[in-house]
Amino acid sequence: MSNLAKARDWMVHRLHLAPMLDKLSHKEVPVHRYGVFYYLGGITLFFFLVQVGTGILLMLYYRPSAGEAYESVEFIVTTVPFGWLIRSLHSWSANLMVYFAFLHLASVYFLKAYRKPRELTWVTGTLLFFVVLGFGFSGYLLPWNQLAFFATKVGTDIAGAVPLVGEWMVRFLRGGERVGGGTLSRFYGWHVAILPAVTTVILGLHLLLVQVHGMSVPPAAEDEAKRRRPMRFLPHFALRDLFGWVLALGVLAALAALFPWELGEKADAFAPAYKDIKPEWYFMFMFQTLKLVPGGEIFGMEYEAIPILLFALGGLAMVLVPFLDRGGPGSRSGPIATWVGVAAVVYMVALTAWGYHSWVPVWIVLGTAVLLALLALATRRVER
Amino acid sequence: MDRVRRQILNWFLGTTAGALAVSVLYPVARFVSPPDVPESTAREVDAGPVNDPELLENGYKIVRFGQEPVIVVAVATGVGNATGAGTDYRAFAATCTHLDCIVEYRQAERAIWCNCHDGVYDLNGKNVAGPPPRPLQPYQVHVVERSGQPANLVISKA
Repeated sequence: MSNLAKARDWMVHRLHLAPMLDKLSHKEVPVHRYGVFYYLGGITLFFFLVQVGTGILLMLYYRPSAGEAYESVEFIVTTVPFGWLIRSLHSWSANLMVYFAFLHLASVYFLKAYRKPRELTWVTGTLLFFVVLGFGFSGYLLPWNQLAFFATKVGTDIAGAVPLVGEWMVRFLRGGERVGGGTLSRFYGWHVAILPAVTTVILGLHLLLVQVHGMSVPPAAEDEAKRRRPMRFLPHFALRDLFGWVLALGVLAALAALFPWELGEKADAFAPAYKDIKPEWYFMFMFQTLKLVPGGEIFGMEYEAIPILLFALGGLAMVLVPFLDRGGPGSRSGPIATWVGVAAVVYMVALTAWGYHSWVPVWIVLGTAVLLALLALATRRVER
Repeated sequence: MDRVRRQILNWFLGTTAGALAVSVLYPVARFVSPPDVPESTAREVDAGPVNDPELLENGYKIVRFGQEPVIVVAVATGVGNATGAGTDYRAFAATCTHLDCIVEYRQAERAIWCNCHDGVYDLNGKNVAGPPPRPLQPYQVHVVERSGQPANLVISKA
């Protein structure tokens, strides 16, 4: 026995790994024409790991106070060796993570992988999605620049439209009456401690459930999956997963190096807001919706509160999808869910494009479809 | 033939993985080593007037010399002279040579004292008792007379 094999054997016995390795070596992944969607969760996970790594590095120099935050980020991007790269990677990876989380969620939704027995996998996944948005919202403020400052003012103010608890929520989010140093400390706490802790628990559960249930076969591909021989997870699927990660790293590195993320101007509470102050792109459709709502009150509630409550309700409905769309495994029922999903996606893309006064969001969505088709081609399995 | 092909492929895979690891680890290693931040290049600093209440009461005060703390000690000489009523001013780097604590002056013992590990220096900054391995680095104190006001203390690098 070689030394390496001996060391491996030692670990296997000490950690009681044999049953797990046995399960892993027998694990299989169904093969069918929608197989490419199985990689999206893994790519989201990859970007999340990049966030953890680069985020920890940024913490070595970042100072979470209104007086020093902007200067410390400036120090990172101008003075610290490769600081610009680490920060740019963190920003780009954050946006890619949100995008791939959304793609993963949408594909799981349309392929109806949330049905019995995977309801909890879906619920944990949607909760993770909200956590990711929370990471984005809290992280956006940390460089303490004008854009983030005003986006945070607007974003936290929205909570005020909620009846009864709105005012308390605004104070809770801001850590006081106004967006200021207290908000920054608070957002930093959420960003580096609370949300990571919550993520660790939910993500652990999510990944465990994926292992327990295995990959879901979409109803539309069930016949095909029965006909074709499944792929062994080790090494065939894992290697394809790795290929996706290498590709993701390449795209991320290229974006971060060629288009370094800008820092902007330092936040100034007494300067007028920019002409086109914008939230992060993933909140744009909600921002644009709110722009369309006229001022006024109904039943002592501002008009503004109506779309906000509807969005909240929509979010809740998303979490509860498996319990609302009750088709058993293998059933092709639930076309209503599909149409609701299509409507939601069209609404979000359209309002985002409108918000930016640009077709770019539409091109990005179409480009993604092409990219997924290419990825499907690159990871396809040729039957021999 | 198949074995040679496998070896070549393994070599490519290995070097690629190695290059990837280096291209990730090198920036990270550089990032975590803090860059040099230029220190203040001040040659001398104003340490305030000789009748500073803190100095009169405690017999010493700590002043900033760039990023470095400097201890200024007012030692009663018992002999009247032109500059202050029988007072001699001395300044030393206030950082203990043992483990980096900031020292104080104890009037009763007429000694510069480090509270962390009871290191003792005499009024020339020489380490006389306890763990400190080296004397404190001395600074120069200039007593600058000003018309109509108490004299001012100015500290410069020795």
